[in-house]
Amino acid sequence: MGFSHKHLIDITEYSAEDIMTILETAKTLSEVNERRIKKVPTLQGFTVVNMFNEPSTRTRSSFELAEKRMSCDTINFGGSSTSSVKGESLVDTMETLNSYKIDLAVIRDKHAGAPQLVAKHTSAGVVDAGDGKHQHPTQALLDLYSIWQEKGTLEGLHVAIVGDIAHSRVCGSLVPALKIMGSTVTLVAPQTLLPPRPDVLGADNVSSYFDEVLPEVDVVYMLRVQRERLEGAPFPSEREYHMLFGLTQARDALMRPDAIVCHPGPINRGVELDSFMADHPTRSVILDQVYAGICTRMSVLYWLLGGSDNGSAS
Amino acid sequence: MALLLKNVHAIDPQVSINEVCDIVVRDGKIVEVGQGLSIPKGETRDMDGKICIPGLVDIHVHLREPGQEHKEDIASGTRAAAKGGVVAVCCMPNTSPTIDNADVVEYVRKRADEVGKCRVLVAGACTQGLRGEVLSEMGDMVAHGAVAFTDDGRGVQDSGMMRRVMDYAAQFGCVVMSHCQDEGLVGKGQVNEGAVSTRLGMAGWPAEGEELQIQRDIALCRLTGTPLHLQHVSSRRGIDMVRRAKAEGLPVTCEVTPHHLFLTEEAIGADYNTNLKVNPPLRTADDNDALVEGILDGTVDCIVTDHAPHAAWEKDVEFEEAPFGMTGIEASLGLVITQLVAPGVITFERMVELMAINPRRILCQEKVALMQGCTADLTIIDPSCSWTVGEDGYESKSTNCGFEGAELVGRATDTYVGGYATMQDGAIVE
Repeated sequence: MGFSHKHLIDITEYSAEDIMTILETAKTLSEVNERRIKKVPTLQGFTVVNMFNEPSTRTRSSFELAEKRMSCDTINFGGSSTSSVKGESLVDTMETLNSYKIDLAVIRDKHAGAPQLVAKHTSAGVVDAGDGKHQHPTQALLDLYSIWQEKGTLEGLHVAIVGDIAHSRVCGSLVPALKIMGSTVTLVAPQTLLPPRPDVLGADNVSSYFDEVLPEVDVVYMLRVQRERLEGAPFPSEREYHMLFGLTQARDALMRPDAIVCHPGPINRGVELDSFMADHPTRSVILDQVYAGICTRMSVLYWLLGGSDNGSAS
Repeated sequence: MALLLKNVHAIDPQVSINEVCDIVVRDGKIVEVGQGLSIPKGETRDMDGKICIPGLVDIHVHLREPGQEHKEDIASGTRAAAKGGVVAVCCMPNTSPTIDNADVVEYVRKRADEVGKCRVLVAGACTQGLRGEVLSEMGDMVAHGAVAFTDDGRGVQDSGMMRRVMDYAAQFGCVVMSHCQDEGLVGKGQVNEGAVSTRLGMAGWPAEGEELQIQRDIALCRLTGTPLHLQHVSSRRGIDMVRRAKAEGLPVTCEVTPHHLFLTEEAIGADYNTNLKVNPPLRTADDNDALVEGILDGTVDCIVTDHAPHAAWEKDVEFEEAPFGMTGIEASLGLVITQLVAPGVITFERMVELMAINPRRILCQEKVALMQGCTADLTIIDPSCSWTVGEDGYESKSTNCGFEGAELVGRATDTYVGGYATMQDGAIVE
């Protein structure tokens, strides 16, 4: 049993074996979500703080549900109640939470590196639930889970990630995670939406020609156009973006018959995806990803809070 | 008041001296340099094994007073300078209020007279409030002792405005010192654009954001004829632009900092160490090499620290929220000796040019040489002293030194300003 991580902050610190361990446990735990009583006592007595310092509905509710189904004691800290509104620093907030004797802090913050800063000021484990434009490791894990469930493997797959790579924390974790698992990654975006060094993330190829890439890939991962995060108008209009980089019904014909479509949500219909592709009965796994979010976060909680050696009765 | 420095290894390329000798100081001046000297009364100090050079001058320092005394003040900042062997600093005008008028110039000079442990040369702002819109009262500031003009911390964004600054400054014979940063291109850049900005998921600060303004200001120097000093040049192409401007014969000088010489962006790891957040940002090993090449071929005129103190609580925040800047004035000499002089990259003579002679020349200050008649602003160095940056704390109020923990060889032990010791045997003279 090689899993020995206290934090889930930087996915690049995880090995393929670590990631597979989490995915396999997620598969096992998924059964809990199919029961009438969706709760196991496994993590009873562990205290988890959800510290969401920027707006989040999906990730936060996904974590909360995962925590509750594992029987963690959960408190939420942040949003409009956040101390930063009163002028408290993140460090002081964390020191305060640490005095509550918490076991795990799940942090979402608009600043890159905030989880690392928090980890320096608590004895609890830290899960990065998205830090600025940097990383979002549980999103990457749930994506891997969804792709793995659909394709049966991650090794040797060719994945295209399309859209706003530069401002995407999803990419910051997903690209390295896919590389760790042996996939090939092609990034598709105009240069205004690419980071300065895509190779540093691990990308194998970069292209601005969606139609050339589509026939080559097993997975098309469409990123959300994050209107709230776009600085300096990196493309002229949503119309033109949709024309060049939108996954449309017309592009369906370019895709391999068994290629699937992923999206981290929420979708901007008519921008990065049209409804035909978003709701495609065989290609779209977008809602499976949402479900995978619960399962993989349950698994992450399980492993970070001690795994099989956590001393709980169950 | 007489002082005899016995058996000191005097090094000063201005008078081609590099030998063990005695130096006699009286009434603030060097009165004799020679062998077997004695004085009838006064203090005699045996300096066996020590090096004496013309006192170090750091022309890029943030003393933070008035207005930001929680970071540093004139007393603590000049103590830090003395500790680093520095006899004079040029303080930057981005205080609160801004040093953009004669009142504030007077205030700083008065405080420096009262509590300073080194000379304080005041740089005034080019534009009112550093806003880049309206000329500051340079003439009045010069009348009250300002020695240079800069909007340090910001580049003057409008080219017409920068031209006006340089044209107007011409009449005062003062150098215009330029912080080069195109704000449109740099935006909210946090670290050098490239591998590290990608890995850490933060906005990049490309070298081109600096180089565009370096090139522009060189063009304006050509147009106006006003001496231009380029602050904290950090990139290979930036150095090359200065090299070509000098070859053309333009009155252009430039400075580099120890952190841009000896650290790279790679030092910023997954710990998001905010003490390494500086402006311009740490760049690449190739840029380090280019700065050293500039030192070797004379393109670089001086080494300055851009000593930029910030309180611990200001730096102990998210990287993107942290202010730019690191302290460095207490470590600068040791770093240069350890990294450049000891390995034979440069000689002590070249170091003296970079850290004592040229800074005075750029600010048109009186020449200080190890010769009869010169002001006794002296730095005494123990070239074999091993020490670790930060091990005994800092004289500065702030501890945001990016070189914390660096093991160095070579340190100032004594600092003399006008013949008076501000530091003696490593301790600040109260």
